[in-house]
This record gives sequence, structure tokens and C-alpha cells, in this order.
Amino acid sequence: MADQATISAAGLGAARTSASEAWGPRPRRALSRRNIIIYGTLTVVALYYLLPLYVMIVTSLKGMPEIRMGNIFSPPMEITFEPWVKAWATACTGLNCEGLSRGFWNSVRITIPSVVISILIASVNGYALANWRFRGADIFFTILIVGAFIPYQVMIYPIVIILREMGLYGSLTGLVLVHTVFGMPILTLLFRNYFASVPEELFKAARVDGAGFWAIYFKIMLPMSLPIFVVAVILQITGIWNDFLFGVVYTKPDVYPMTVQLNNIVNSVQGVKEYNVNMAATLLTGLVPLIVYFISGKLFVRGIAAGAVKG
Amino acid sequence: MANTRNGRPSQVFRNLNSKVASIPMVLTASVVFVGGTIWTVVHSFTNSKLLPRLNFVGLDQYERLWNSNKWLISIENLFIYGVLTLIFSLVIGFVLAALLDQKIRFEDTFRTIFLYPFALSFIVTGLVWQWILNPDFGIQAVVRGLGWTSFNFDPLYNQDIVIYGILIAGLWQGTGLVMCLMLAGLRGIDEDIWKATRVDGIPMWKTYLFIVIPMMRPVFVTTLVIIASGIVRVYDLVVAQTSGGPGIASEVPAKYVYDAMFLSQNLGQGFAASTMMLVTVLIVIVPWAYLEFGRRRHRG
Repeated sequence: MADQATISAAGLGAARTSASEAWGPRPRRALSRRNIIIYGTLTVVALYYLLPLYVMIVTSLKGMPEIRMGNIFSPPMEITFEPWVKAWATACTGLNCEGLSRGFWNSVRITIPSVVISILIASVNGYALANWRFRGADIFFTILIVGAFIPYQVMIYPIVIILREMGLYGSLTGLVLVHTVFGMPILTLLFRNYFASVPEELFKAARVDGAGFWAIYFKIMLPMSLPIFVVAVILQITGIWNDFLFGVVYTKPDVYPMTVQLNNIVNSVQGVKEYNVNMAATLLTGLVPLIVYFISGKLFVRGIAAGAVKG
Repeated sequence: MANTRNGRPSQVFRNLNSKVASIPMVLTASVVFVGGTIWTVVHSFTNSKLLPRLNFVGLDQYERLWNSNKWLISIENLFIYGVLTLIFSLVIGFVLAALLDQKIRFEDTFRTIFLYPFALSFIVTGLVWQWILNPDFGIQAVVRGLGWTSFNFDPLYNQDIVIYGILIAGLWQGTGLVMCLMLAGLRGIDEDIWKATRVDGIPMWKTYLFIVIPMMRPVFVTTLVIIASGIVRVYDLVVAQTSGGPGIASEVPAKYVYDAMFLSQNLGQGFAASTMMLVTVLIVIVPWAYLEFGRRRHRG
């Protein structure tokens, strides 16, 4: 995992260095006091940040006897993949012993449609707000953005009622709808800001040529804005995969997403605690967003920065 | 981009597509955000139990809420967790960003490492730290194993300090984000400022404290709002790490709401508690939104 990070980071680093021409006139001695302090601090902090990941990995590869005897930081004497198999296939939540695989596939079935639908709606909406403003649009947009700060707890129960009326309470479709609704503020903002930065002449030229709302969206805006779509996908995959609250409120046990099932497995009070299985399960749940994160590199940063700073 | 509006005032059909495309936003904003909020606030004045009913009882629910020990502990925890999270994540985040901004090598590697916990869910974060802070196997056991047998560090099993155990996990997860925002802010500072202060011989820490940080005011405000609204919502982390325990020592408002609504079938309490959460957020958000959007309208 660390190697992967280094490789992608190194690649990006090279790109950055060549891009920025000001490398600074400061004289650089390799082992100056200043450098030792900077690199020393950063390295210590980095080790601290990596520690939990390391502990998860080594714990998940040990057998229970070894965990009971040794300390959590020592590398495994005998590597075993048993805990991973058990976490995936046979770990129990209550009476159900199908392992985390069920939660994994539920999360996949929740995440994919939620990501696709929320991005489609928000991108068209952001495009409408940026290029086809109508009277009153800004009022709703402001409500949408301010509403993003309302604690979810305030809106949880009204949504339960709405979903119940629609017959979707407890189903995956209902949860997809909820994710679409709550993803809307940040995504609409992201797309609106992006489309607003597209040169106006382009839009005007297309209008002169007779292109309408959808033609401009599909033929001009969409092809131009692939990077922002990637940013949105990253943002949504990690956000929805990591959701716990909506999963536990709006679904039933047999369609629980992975995070909810993971919590039930690890924090179940019955039986002997199997810390190695718990850590394997935890790692399995964290794996999808981690992979997305390490692959996406700078785009991930851009996603959170775009959402946060431009707000 | 006011062209479409100015040029053609009343061509409803031209903008019909735009309006259709905005239907989800209009519904979300009006029905879920405004409607849902009003619905909850109104029902917080009723004695709803298992089902929401419009049987008004005035401020009864709020009275009961503020007399509830669990709620008071929740508020106290949120306050401690909130203040310390704000302070530590801003300080640590800024220092890390400043260190990364020194034109160092491996900047991207370090940044990748500091930010990866942010990609993980609070559930994963809580469970990992639950394991690391486990007194029988975790840090406490390891330090004792080194010979220091009287060493005590079991925040998750000690009522008085359990919230600090959660704070440790929360900071691990969230500081990377603050660092990223701060780094973006630092990169927005004009290079000439640095040159000027170097020419004037102003020490680096003074430059940061008296020139750069004041210049980054907008970034700090935005970051503050983001952290603050995240703090009020803290829920998953507590559920995963301690389930509110030991006893009720690590309860938080968001958990109080969930428990009241879905476990103890006491909807009125849930509504009152969530309304209090809303009030807390409004105290933070309203001044900010006023400044942000008010200013923008002036400019635009």
C-alpha cells in the first residue's frame, strides 16, 4: 500500500516540480538544522498516521493465540490468512453467519446507482444554474447550500415518513434516493462552479448555431468536463461507501451496507472476541475507499478542496 | 452569466429545460431541507411517542430534555470534543501545511500519508482506535510489557477521559483535511510577501503569525465552518468506538437523537434534541452565511 502511494506521489511530484518554475533562491544544504527539524517532524507525524493501518494489517494476519500473548505492534510470527477468510465468508452478526461479503455486495448495490444518479442530476442541475438561469433559481440554490449544514438528525424522520409513503422505506432504492438528495448540495456546487468557469463565448457560439439545452450539455459541456466528473465520482464513492447513519436508519438488516454490518460484527456482545477477524473485517471495509484514494491521488485532494474552499 | 436572463425576459419555453433540470434541486431544497426542518421543529412541541402526532404540549419536551442526565452529558461531551477538535485540528493542520510548504522533497508522499485516514469511514476509524486503545492488548499493555507496570492509559474504559479517547481517533481521521485546506490557502499567498519579509529580516514565525495567518482569514473561516458542522454531526465514531459507554459517559447529541427516535420510541424527545442541534449549528452558520453570501451579492 505504501509503495503504491510512493509511486503515484512521486509521479505527481515530478509533474509539480517541472510545472512550477520558482524553485526558490534559498541555499539548500542537505543536512542543515532546518531540514532536520522539518523532515524529522514530518517523518514522526507520518509514522503516527501510518500506525493504525500497520496495526490493522499485522493484527489481521496473526492467529488468536499469538494476539493474546504478544503486543499489537509486533509483526506476525506466523502469517495466516484465516481471519480474512472468516471475516469475508463466515463472520456472524446475530444469527446470520454469511460474513462481510453480504454487506460488501449490498454496499456495491447501494453505491453504484447512488453515484451515477446523484452525479447525473447534479451535473445537469449545475449546468442549468451556470448557463440557463431562471428567476428564483438562486433562492433554491442558496437554500440547498445552507441546507447542507443542517444536521442530518433534523431531517431523518421526515424522510422516513416520505419514504414510507412512497413504499421505499427499508429498501435499497430508498437509500439510493437519500444519498442522491444529500449528495446534491456539494455536487451541484461543484458542477455549477465548474461550468461557470467555461468561457462564455463557447456557450454563445453554440447558441448561435442553434444548439439547445441538452445539445449543449451533451456535445459541449460533458466532453469538456470529464475531470470534474472524475472528482465527483471519487467524492461520492468514498462518501457513500463510508456512510453509516443513513444505512442504519433507512435499510433493514438483510440489506445493511458494509459499514453497518462491520459495526455489528465487531461490536457484537455474543461470543469470544476474535480481534484478528475484526481487524480483517475493518480493513476489508476500508479497502474500497483506500484504493480509490491511492489511485486518484491529486484528484481526491481537488475534490475536497473544490467542495470546501470555493464554497 | 446573466446573459440569458437579461436578453430574453419572458420566454418561458426557452428555459423550460432548465426548470425541468432543476426540479430535483427545488424538491430537495423545499421539501426535504425546508419542509423537513419545519416539520421536525413543529413536532418537537408535541408529545409524539411511537408515532408523530400533533398534540401540542408546549415546551415540555425541552424541559424534559434539559433535565435528562444523558442529554447534559451529551452536550458536555460535544463541547469538550468540539473545542479541542477545533483547536488541535487547526493548529496541527496549519503546522503540517506550513512544514509541507517549505519546498521540501516528498511533499506528495507526506500529504498522501496525512490525508489517507480522511478516506476511511468513522466506523473503521473508531474500530481501529478501539483496538489500539484496548487496555489488555493495546498501548497500555505494550508499555507495561516494557517494564513500566504502573502505566495507565485506558481512555475507553474510564468515564472521566473517554471523550479524549474519541478525540484521538477523530483528530487522526480529520486533521489531514484541515492540512489540505490550509496548504491550499498557503499556496494562494503571494510569493512576493515572502521575499519582502526576508528582505526586511522578519523571522519566519513572525511572518506566519502576523502576516500570513491574517491574510488567510477566509480559509480559516471556511475551515472552521466545515469542522464545526462535522463536529455537531459526530455519531458513527462514537457508535463504533464506545457505543456511548462506559455507561453513558461518551454519549453525543446525534446519538441521543437516534436512540430517542429509533430505540426508545420517544419521537418527541428526538425532535426536541435535533432542534437543539439545529440551533447550535445556526449559531455558527448564520453569521458566516450572511458574510459569505451577503458579500457576494454586493459584488455580483
